[in-house]
Amino acid sequence: MMLDLASANGQVSQKQGLEESPLAIRGLTVSYGQKPAVFSVDMTVEAGKMTAIIGPNGAGKSTMLKAALGIVPPVSGQIQVFGKPLDAQRARIAYVPQRASVDWDFPTRVIDVVLMGLYRELGLLGRLRGDHKVKAMDCLDRVGMGDFATRQIGQLSGGQQQRVFLARALAQGADLYLLDEPFAGVDAATEKAIISVLKALREAGKTVVVVHHDLATVADYFDNVFLINTTKVAEGTVAEAFTADTLQAAYGGRLATAQVDQLALALG
Amino acid sequence: MLIGALLLQLGYNATLVAIGATLLGISAGVTGTFLFLRKRALVSDAISHATLPGVCIAFILMASFGGDGRNLIGLLLGSAASASAGLWCLNWLTRNTRLAEDAAIGSVLSVFFGFGIVLLTVIQTLGVGRQAGLEGFLLGSTAGMLWTDALVIAIGGAVTLLLILLIRRPMTLVAFDPEYAAARGLPVSKIDMAMMGLVMAVTVVGLKIVGLILIVALLIIPAVTARFWTERSDYVVLLAGLAGGLSAYVGAAMSASAPNLPTGPIIVLMSFALFLISLLFAPNRGVLAAVLRHFKFQRRVHLRQGLLALAQGQPIYEKLTLRLLRNGGLVRADGVATDKGKARAAKALRDERRWAVVRRDQAHEAAAALYDGLRQIETVLTQDQIVEVDRQIGGPKEVLA
Repeated sequence: MMLDLASANGQVSQKQGLEESPLAIRGLTVSYGQKPAVFSVDMTVEAGKMTAIIGPNGAGKSTMLKAALGIVPPVSGQIQVFGKPLDAQRARIAYVPQRASVDWDFPTRVIDVVLMGLYRELGLLGRLRGDHKVKAMDCLDRVGMGDFATRQIGQLSGGQQQRVFLARALAQGADLYLLDEPFAGVDAATEKAIISVLKALREAGKTVVVVHHDLATVADYFDNVFLINTTKVAEGTVAEAFTADTLQAAYGGRLATAQVDQLALALG
Repeated sequence: MLIGALLLQLGYNATLVAIGATLLGISAGVTGTFLFLRKRALVSDAISHATLPGVCIAFILMASFGGDGRNLIGLLLGSAASASAGLWCLNWLTRNTRLAEDAAIGSVLSVFFGFGIVLLTVIQTLGVGRQAGLEGFLLGSTAGMLWTDALVIAIGGAVTLLLILLIRRPMTLVAFDPEYAAARGLPVSKIDMAMMGLVMAVTVVGLKIVGLILIVALLIIPAVTARFWTERSDYVVLLAGLAGGLSAYVGAAMSASAPNLPTGPIIVLMSFALFLISLLFAPNRGVLAAVLRHFKFQRRVHLRQGLLALAQGQPIYEKLTLRLLRNGGLVRADGVATDKGKARAAKALRDERRWAVVRRDQAHEAAAALYDGLRQIETVLTQDQIVEVDRQIGGPKEVLA
């Protein structure tokens, strides 16, 4: 069953040539020590869509994303971004790391974090001009954080911090957005704000890839799904790849049968 | 005397030392800030201790080739070489073994320093002329400072400052969020290396004035001091430079104003004085401000609890609560509520009921999240919303007697 699906999805992803794919991963293996966290994974992200990377805890979701961005060195594998090597395309990628990855007591204000997104425009010695600030403020407004520009980042709630990270990514004006667990531990208002921003990006023709953990919202939020548990389990549209069978294959006993049934019901 | 020293009127040597020290203080403060922000402050201690073998080896080499063993540039080059070796060992240990960075720092620091002390002892027994000055590198010695020495320090400090200005943005980005920096294609490990290189430069330049044991104080204390006063990293950098320069200048002047006051340690103590003032009196992050904030908060809690107890006719036992209520004219000396007290108590109870409605209502989720028992409901809901909530409660109720 699993194999059938994988090959079927393989064909789906073949429809789109590697050349156009915003992010194409081939044979990616990443390991911490001698134990692969991600083993021989292929992924072809469809342009202009929202894709969720889903899998149980420790399945290698974040690791795969980090390896795709060159943050974690892979043992083997190739990464192509819009048909070219990663390093040639850095300017087209915006990354939103997990909130817990930084020290929020760092002496910096909300607006300064967003201005970090303009790093490439500013360069080493470029002066910070008024239009940079206008742009940063605009990005803050888009995530509903305009009133917080001059606050110290440590004074924000978790959800607000997450929105600031998203605003920083927006400031880059990228074509491909990669987000690592943006909905983890955030309030409902933040989740709403983030998803509407992401959907607006998709409307504008951008590609969005999200490491996601909440199975209940997958069908609502996303077009495509990539299921991983160290190896790829399924890839394709929500209807194709997000089924009771594929979930069982990815989560095994970790997902109660009742949960699977409930999800299957919700999916129709 | 001190005034004279501060105005650079104590003669040639004192003036040279004061100017050199100030420049060193500024560049050490600025450089150290990035180290502090990157949370790698202690690495500088390993770097500085690792300079000693290099100083000694350079001395031996220069003396045995018939040159002047105490040529400052030669000694500094030697110290830079062995500091790099120490830094390389440190990086190798953290990257390729299971040793955590703190353990690696301890190992590198002690081994290099131990080796340096052995070499120092060997040099003393060798009987090469004029070797006595080398111990000065341990704690700094400014007594015989030459014009060229001051020039080396001045140029070294200025170049370091310039380089920092050049790479301050990538260094800040890497210090705040290394993963994001890597995702944007910044060479994180190279930037870290550049940062360490700058720290090494400051250390080497500062050997003559404060010595290798105390240079870590000049790198770290100004940054920590500056952090108390601001929430912006660029201001931390500026203030740290200011604090470093000021303490170095005043310290150097003080040590020149009286005989037998060691320059380096006095500078460190000056720097500590600025730190202490900041720790106690800084407006937001200072100890005093925190204590005051806590007391203010405690009074709010007690007052609120007291009002709710009054409204519900419960007895109040807490002395602080009673005192606050009495001082506010809310209860009489015998503990019975005044008219004003009754009104405030009724309002408090009513607000609690309003909150209860808000917290039950899904539509008010964002507002409800702000409930903490103290927050005024007027700061969360509009007047219209409060009227609507009151409608749900069902009109004004009798205040319990």
